[in-house]
Amino acid sequence: MASNAATTIIPAPAPKLNYLNNGHTLKSWLLTTDHKRIALLYLLSVTAFFFLGGFFAMLIRLELLTPEGDLLQADTYNKVFTMHGMIMVFFFLIPVVPATLGNFLVPLMVGAKDLAFPRINLLSWYLYIIAGTLFLHCMLNGGVDTGWTFYTPYSTVGSNTNVIEAGLAVFIAGFSSIFTGLNFIVTVHRMRAPGLTWDRLPLFIWANYATSLIMILGTPVVAITIVLVAVERAFHLGIFDPRLGGDPLLFQHLFWFYSHPAVYIMILPSMGVISELIACFARKRVFGYKFVALSSVAIAVLGFLVWAHHMFVAGISLYAAMIFSFITFFIGVPSAVKVFNWTATLYKGSITYATPMLYAFGFIGLFTIGGLTGLMLATLGIDVHVTDTYFVVAHFHYVMVGGVLMGFLGGIHFWWPKISGRLYPEGWARLSALLVFVGFNLTFFPQFILGYVGMPRRYWQYPPEFQVLNVLSTAGSSVLAVGYLLPMIYLLWSLRYGPIASDNPWGAAGLEWKTTSPPPTFNFDETPVVTWEAYNYDEIPEPKELEAPVAK
Amino acid sequence: MSEHQAHEAHEEHTTHSQGFYLLIGAILLVLTATTVGAAFVNLGPFNPVVALLIATIKALLVVLFFMHVKGASEKLTGVVVLSGFFFLAILLALSLADYLTRSWR
Amino acid sequence: MQNSPAVDGQANLSVEHLEHVHNPALLHHFADAQQQKNAASLGMWLFLVTEIMFFGGMFCAYLIYRLAHFNAFAAGSQQLSIKLGAFNTAVLIISSVTVVLAVKAAEAGKRKLLVSYLVVTVLLGLTFLVVKGFEYREKFEKHHVPGSTFNFTDTFDDNGQKIPVNSKEAELFFSIYFVMTGMHALHMIIGCGLFTGLAILAWKGRYSPAYFTPIENGGLYWHLVDIIWIYLFPLLYLISRHS
Repeated sequence: MASNAATTIIPAPAPKLNYLNNGHTLKSWLLTTDHKRIALLYLLSVTAFFFLGGFFAMLIRLELLTPEGDLLQADTYNKVFTMHGMIMVFFFLIPVVPATLGNFLVPLMVGAKDLAFPRINLLSWYLYIIAGTLFLHCMLNGGVDTGWTFYTPYSTVGSNTNVIEAGLAVFIAGFSSIFTGLNFIVTVHRMRAPGLTWDRLPLFIWANYATSLIMILGTPVVAITIVLVAVERAFHLGIFDPRLGGDPLLFQHLFWFYSHPAVYIMILPSMGVISELIACFARKRVFGYKFVALSSVAIAVLGFLVWAHHMFVAGISLYAAMIFSFITFFIGVPSAVKVFNWTATLYKGSITYATPMLYAFGFIGLFTIGGLTGLMLATLGIDVHVTDTYFVVAHFHYVMVGGVLMGFLGGIHFWWPKISGRLYPEGWARLSALLVFVGFNLTFFPQFILGYVGMPRRYWQYPPEFQVLNVLSTAGSSVLAVGYLLPMIYLLWSLRYGPIASDNPWGAAGLEWKTTSPPPTFNFDETPVVTWEAYNYDEIPEPKELEAPVAK
Repeated sequence: MSEHQAHEAHEEHTTHSQGFYLLIGAILLVLTATTVGAAFVNLGPFNPVVALLIATIKALLVVLFFMHVKGASEKLTGVVVLSGFFFLAILLALSLADYLTRSWR
Repeated sequence: MQNSPAVDGQANLSVEHLEHVHNPALLHHFADAQQQKNAASLGMWLFLVTEIMFFGGMFCAYLIYRLAHFNAFAAGSQQLSIKLGAFNTAVLIISSVTVVLAVKAAEAGKRKLLVSYLVVTVLLGLTFLVVKGFEYREKFEKHHVPGSTFNFTDTFDDNGQKIPVNSKEAELFFSIYFVMTGMHALHMIIGCGLFTGLAILAWKGRYSPAYFTPIENGGLYWHLVDIIWIYLFPLLYLISRHS
């Protein structure tokens, strides 16, 4: 004890043991079974792949600045858009929210110590890394030029690039995804805290649960499809070969049976994030909780019934096209239910505009546009004209980037204090959100017009009359790139210099906010017992400082 | 105490007797012989129907009794199995919707 | 609904302690052994669903092509040995019986019986694979392996009438045959390896009536591989045999 203040130094209290400082060795990270550490491992990996995919996007946009094919050769351009697509789809969009935010938050939100199978969780990450390494090797070895869709017979017979290696990488990444989904389903069924009934679960959990159903049911089909392509290519077995009576379209049926539900794997978790953000920053229970929860499951189920809308002009029968078009219209309904309910949540809410909320607003607007254009594409008459044009490219970038990525960024900012124990700088964050929004629209809105007036996708040269819109698009992509780079900088900066976060800086509902920021390794000092409904914002006091102060 | 009750409720006492399992096994073998025999009888378009029907009965016996789905402590197990086959059926049915309606051969 | 039991401070601690003493296999993130077992079981069932969908893609290919090229498929099917196929089906059915009896032995704590049943299961699985090997060799000898050596000159025997078939379409049948039975055989090999591991661990006394979940879950896997064969056999071997 200090008796003489002038001469005695009072030692600073030791930082509380949490999951970040519980073990500093490389081994404690690479052999961890802590879902939070695995989430961070994933965060690093998916971010790396995001920027790699972004690099290829930059090459595409640079090439498309001018009508002639002058930056890259045609074959190289094919490889570039294939790499961009494969990386973004399989190594970024599919794992980004489930494997990072999902892995981190699912056990916390259900009040569990970890996921059901922590070692399988670690295995899932290693499978992702092995797949990623294999893919990088394939890339350095000349890449692959089939398009991310691997269509036969080009992928089985025509292409002389590393199709099998790329396919193998995707196959392994698929199992990474399957194991994540398996873990989530079992955790939600078996490890909810006492009192946490299904109708008290956060909507983020419902969303990840529905996503996991898709992962389990759909991924194996693309796995076997890739095996069949590899086998045909390696042993000339001829399963999709018309010369043997095979059907190239069978490949497309099997491929899209997964790849369409895959886009719901991408969007559903992001929608889950949005539900959390809207509730917190309107300080209100999500309107129509049951409907939003069930719509997640409905999207998952309906998503399996619509795959051939990617094949309208590929040679399927008109009868089948009509069936798939008809069912595709229905899948807009649960998505619309969510958008309406989020909007209704805002009504008479106490709204604040922190960065996560800005991303949420961006999501709602951009996802709506993307979704509506999806309905346009579902219409056979329109699709015949705009299929395989930039209209489709714009549509899916609106939902994937304007939807998935904005939801992810909103979520990263929202849970950053929980994950890192630090507050990010709000001023820079808002600037980035604005840049992302402006850059995104400038990049992709012109593409709707380009597609409508007839510019085909995957072409490396185009008629000169399309140049102005292409230049606008490329300019937008530069702004977008800055918007993505800034968070890299300030989030990393905040790890060292950001203000220390309290347990619940946002005054948010949810079990994850009832433990420390960052949480201890086993999440809770005592297993919580839940006696309240979800989003009980009427019981939670507003935080004193809702906006994270700009660090000095 | 509630924990003990919960413990009891989740115990699965579905193990049948050895004789029962041998009986199911015998039935499966008989069904195998039946399906082979039926293949040699000309049932016209019903040959594949009969074959699949017998195969499905065999699969059901394995799922219900060998895999203990019958008498499982919760319906979830059955729901999981059914959903697997349901979505496979979707794949087959909707693909057929294309192939069976193509006007060219 | 599978809620974990309420934390009751001391009472729970003592039960956990007891569980820990009785059950060294209890993992720390689970509340009790029953929750762990239920989790493992559900996890295994979900994995089996992925296997159903995995093979399902091949069944889809089979279905489409059989409808499109029935004669060639029937001709190819008639070249497969019903005797060997039926024998293998019987072998797998018996192995499923030994698997379920192994689980029963584990639950009763009969270690030696458990090991015996596991070993017999592996032997039956190996028998299946050996017979499959013989079948493959016969196909190789008859030039029915797709690729450059493929040469199919047989006909579709339809009630005595011998219908010639497109050799290319027959090659398609054999492509499907090898892919489906090959993938199934791969799963059998994995199953044999898995059960060998289980047998070794069982011999070492790892399993008891309080903990035999891996035996149960391994059994689920084996049964599914059996079910896949239950469908493969009539679909590949018995397309059209009434001649």
